Amino acid sequence: MPKTFATVIEAGTSLGNHTGSWRTIKPEYIAGLPPCSATCPAGENIQLWLSLAKAGKFREAWEVMVRDNPFPAIMGRICYHSCEKTCCRGQFDGSVNINMIERSIGDAAITNGWKFADSAQNSGKKIIVVGAGPGGLSAAYFLRKLGHEVTVYESRAKPGGMMRYGVPRYRLSTEVMDAEIKRIEDYGVKIICGNKISGIHDDIIGEFDALYAAIGAHRASKTDVIMKNGAAVIDAIDLFRRLEETPMDLPSFGQKVFVYGGGNTAVDAARTALRLGAESVKIIYRRTINDMPAHEIEINAALSEGIEILCLRTINSIDGNSILVDKMNYDEEFEILSKSGDTEVFQADSVIFAIGQAMDTGFFRDFDAIRVTEKGRIEVDRNMMTQEEGIFAGGDIVPGKRSVTTAIGHAKKAARGIDTYVRGVTMPNKTKNDVAHFKKLNTVYYRKDPRINVSRPNDLSFHEIGVSYSDREIVRQASRCFSCGNCFHCYNCYEYCPDNAIIKHLDGSLEINYNYCKGCGICSSECPCGAIRMVADEKG
Amino acid sequence: MSYSTLKDVEEFTTVQSSHDRPNTLTSGHRGCQGCGEALGARCAIDAAHRETNGKIIVVNATGCLEVFTCYFPENSWNVPWLHSLFGNAPAVATGVAAALRRQGRDDVRVIAQGGDGSTFDIGMGCLSGMFDRNDDVLYICYDNQAYMNTGVQRSGATPPLARTATTLPNKSYMGSDSQTGKNVPKIAMAHGIPYIATASIANIPDLEEKVRRAIGIHGARYVHIHVPCPLGWGYPTSETIKIARLAIQCGLFPLFEAEHGKQVRSTQIEDLIPVEEYLRSQKRFAHLFGKNAPADAIGVLQNIANSNIELYRLSGGILNA
Ligand SMILES: Cc1cc2nc3c(=O)[nH]c(=O)nc-3n(C[C@H](O)[C@H](O)[C@H](O)COP(=O)(O)OP(=O)(O)OC[C@H]3O[C@@H](n4cnc5c(N)ncnc54)[C@H](O)[C@@H]3O)c2cc1C
Ligand SMILES: Cc1ncc(C[n+]2csc(CCOP(=O)(O)OP(=O)(O)O)c2C)c(N)n1
Ligand code: SF4
Ligand code: SF4
Ligand code: SF4
Ligand code: SF4
Ligand SMILES: [Mg+2]
Repeated sequence: MPKTFATVIEAGTSLGNHTGSWRTIKPEYIAGLPPCSATCPAGENIQLWLSLAKAGKFREAWEVMVRDNPFPAIMGRICYHSCEKTCCRGQFDGSVNINMIERSIGDAAITNGWKFADSAQNSGKKIIVVGAGPGGLSAAYFLRKLGHEVTVYESRAKPGGMMRYGVPRYRLSTEVMDAEIKRIEDYGVKIICGNKISGIHDDIIGEFDALYAAIGAHRASKTDVIMKNGAAVIDAIDLFRRLEETPMDLPSFGQKVFVYGGGNTAVDAARTALRLGAESVKIIYRRTINDMPAHEIEINAALSEGIEILCLRTINSIDGNSILVDKMNYDEEFEILSKSGDTEVFQADSVIFAIGQAMDTGFFRDFDAIRVTEKGRIEVDRNMMTQEEGIFAGGDIVPGKRSVTTAIGHAKKAARGIDTYVRGVTMPNKTKNDVAHFKKLNTVYYRKDPRINVSRPNDLSFHEIGVSYSDREIVRQASRCFSCGNCFHCYNCYEYCPDNAIIKHLDGSLEINYNYCKGCGICSSECPCGAIRMVADEKG
Repeated sequence: MSYSTLKDVEEFTTVQSSHDRPNTLTSGHRGCQGCGEALGARCAIDAAHRETNGKIIVVNATGCLEVFTCYFPENSWNVPWLHSLFGNAPAVATGVAAALRRQGRDDVRVIAQGGDGSTFDIGMGCLSGMFDRNDDVLYICYDNQAYMNTGVQRSGATPPLARTATTLPNKSYMGSDSQTGKNVPKIAMAHGIPYIATASIANIPDLEEKVRRAIGIHGARYVHIHVPCPLGWGYPTSETIKIARLAIQCGLFPLFEAEHGKQVRSTQIEDLIPVEEYLRSQKRFAHLFGKNAPADAIGVLQNIANSNIELYRLSGGILNA
């Protein structure tokens, strides 16, 4: 076309105008640590497996679970699920039913016979694990996965520790427990039962490169209750053990049973007594019901089964069949518990003591370097190693909460510690991501969809009370996850950016184009799950 | 607008969320940080582009949208685009449509667009003529409720009691004094044209659907999009979508459609909120909450919301003023 003027400036696109220079703050995609994971003692990547479950990919979901926990079906039954307490959805319309979904997918794995993925190449290192409770078994699993040869020694006739000889069968069936333990054996872990290791000086130990001690706490704690004239007292742990080992030969506890203690063991003992035919079961606990260390769900279940809880009482003495009880006063303001001076007398056929367990520190007696805390626990460093090189410990015998999940978390840490120790390398420092909070979410984008629990009628037997979700229910319940702190590809940010400064790639991934991003912050505000944060922009 | 569940990558339906959206209004434009108008325009024109396979011609009135997208020699539009004057976009678009008709091109669709100033005030005559003749043009108004490009002067779309550069409140004056505002969607309805819709950038799927419908109809059509302006309204740039959402939720900006002068559909408000929540979030209404504020100031705006809720049947319940 002929030019009509001396100079013609061709119109061009505005893409040459890099408006990113206007910016003082910039958006950044983050990988937040969801609060559920932050509070799961085993550190499961809950959000990831929920997103897979939501897509119907149960096998993949299970594979993510077992990265951090070899017992999904067991934990789906007996874990105290602290994850659900911090779940952001709890502040919206009820937390995601993480525990029940875990159980359901764990059951699918058993039904379908899913196996663990191949372990790493053989390291040529041998590890001994003492104790086949959840702590020892999961350490063995994690170590095997890392390529080590692992042998577990267990003094009892069967593996499982307190999961078998503590937790009652109406909460965890033998079949489920056996299936998940067998899977670890099939993975190449050798479990030698009926073989007590007398201490770490034992001859066997010399053959190994490292030791993991997870011997649990099985000794009944001492009590200052005065007992005379053949007081009918039963130790809860002893009762559970006999229930498993000699179910035909149980202590007879008559019709009127009292349980002393406020923890999960006490509640389990009470519910077990009821199932064994006791007519009335009453729990005696020194503080208020809100102070009971037992899990709320367990307490409510006990109450619904007709168990009575007598709070603010301590047992003074037991004389034959009569229990002398001191009533306590609780000063809420100063949180002081004191005897009120009032007493009560109850007639009991038996009293089950469930006031805590201590460990057998004798196991470590030959090693002076190993320190025992005031509360009788073994001191360990952040890799779960004791003061003695190569000797690691975890589970109920080290400081911390006593639960199966905690024992699994310890085992995971210890396995990493042992791995670096036997290979003679140093552990890389891991930085933890910031925890995603409810406040950082934009919940207008989520619709209310209350959680649904499934249950079966309670027949007061030793059959499992809990039930699993159907496949459809798993998907529906898993879909409730907010995906706190991590992009779930809703594309709000991409849609809303007034400057097209977000690129959506063919595979669905997103990238901020800082050439044009003006730093308005809309993408960050409208991200439902708080996966974009605004930070100061340090331009050159 | 809300997801009960996590969405899957494949589940997407909106043009705006597709990786290959047209980006008819591309990057490098000079709209302010967080500009609602820039977003609204891209959403609307992208939807029209997708629906017509790119066969659109856009005529723009003077205003922010024109100025910030065509800073000679740059231009941010990836579609044939014309600008003439502040008040004549409907007439120019009518001319474009006539030329296409003359050429026998009924596949190319014509869009005219402008701000509320050009739509409600200076271009009203041309627009009314376009409606009256039922010209084959889709007119889109981007309503940011004042003359933003020249520094936030009051327009016929400015809500009662809002502060603008020309309605600065003082001891005896409470801001823009029109009691109801001028209502162009209603004026358009009065012309009996085939299609009218209101839309918002806080509901992109709905916005796209309305543009899609509008572009497919022949004759004069009018789509009115609520586009908050962080500069003129006085709120943090990150809150553009939130403000647009609150306007819908309180009833001040009703989402509805009308055909041939009759209302045919409206969007129910999910969580009705008092207008106060919307007003408080913007500096242009800050004086309504100050020491000198008359007691009934908020009531004036709540009444407008209430009558919208009633007229457009937006909700089961109405909040007391
Ligand atoms: C009644 C009851 C109910 C419970 N309910 C729950 C629950 O619902 N959820 C939950 O998370 N936690 C529960 N717990 C707590 C949980 O069981 C323990 O925290 C957990 O089992 C600790 O695991 P561990 O591997 O450290 O020890 P343990 O499970 O105690 O296992 C230790 C193992 O080491 C063996 N052992 C000990 N000494 C030797 C030795 N010298 N040589 C060889 N083997 C040895 C023992 O026989 C035992 O098998 C409950 C506890 C009790 C008592
Ligand atoms: C005839 C005429 N009068 C005045 C102006 C100056 N002017 C340019 S844009 C504008 C305001 C535009 O307001 P609006 O249509 O609401 O668009 P916005 O900038 O708010 O998007 C004015 C007054 C002009 N360009 N032409
Ligand atoms: S909503 Fe999902 S990611 Fe967030 S805390 Fe709950 S389970 Fe975890
Ligand atoms: S807005 Fe959506 S797509 Fe963007 S980061 Fe957040 S979750 Fe991901
Ligand atoms: S919405 Fe766009 S311009 Fe605004 S901060 Fe995000 S990427 Fe940058
Ligand atoms: S003044 Fe308002 S409408 Fe104009 S570019 Fe800025 S934000 Fe957009
Ligand atoms: Mg305007």
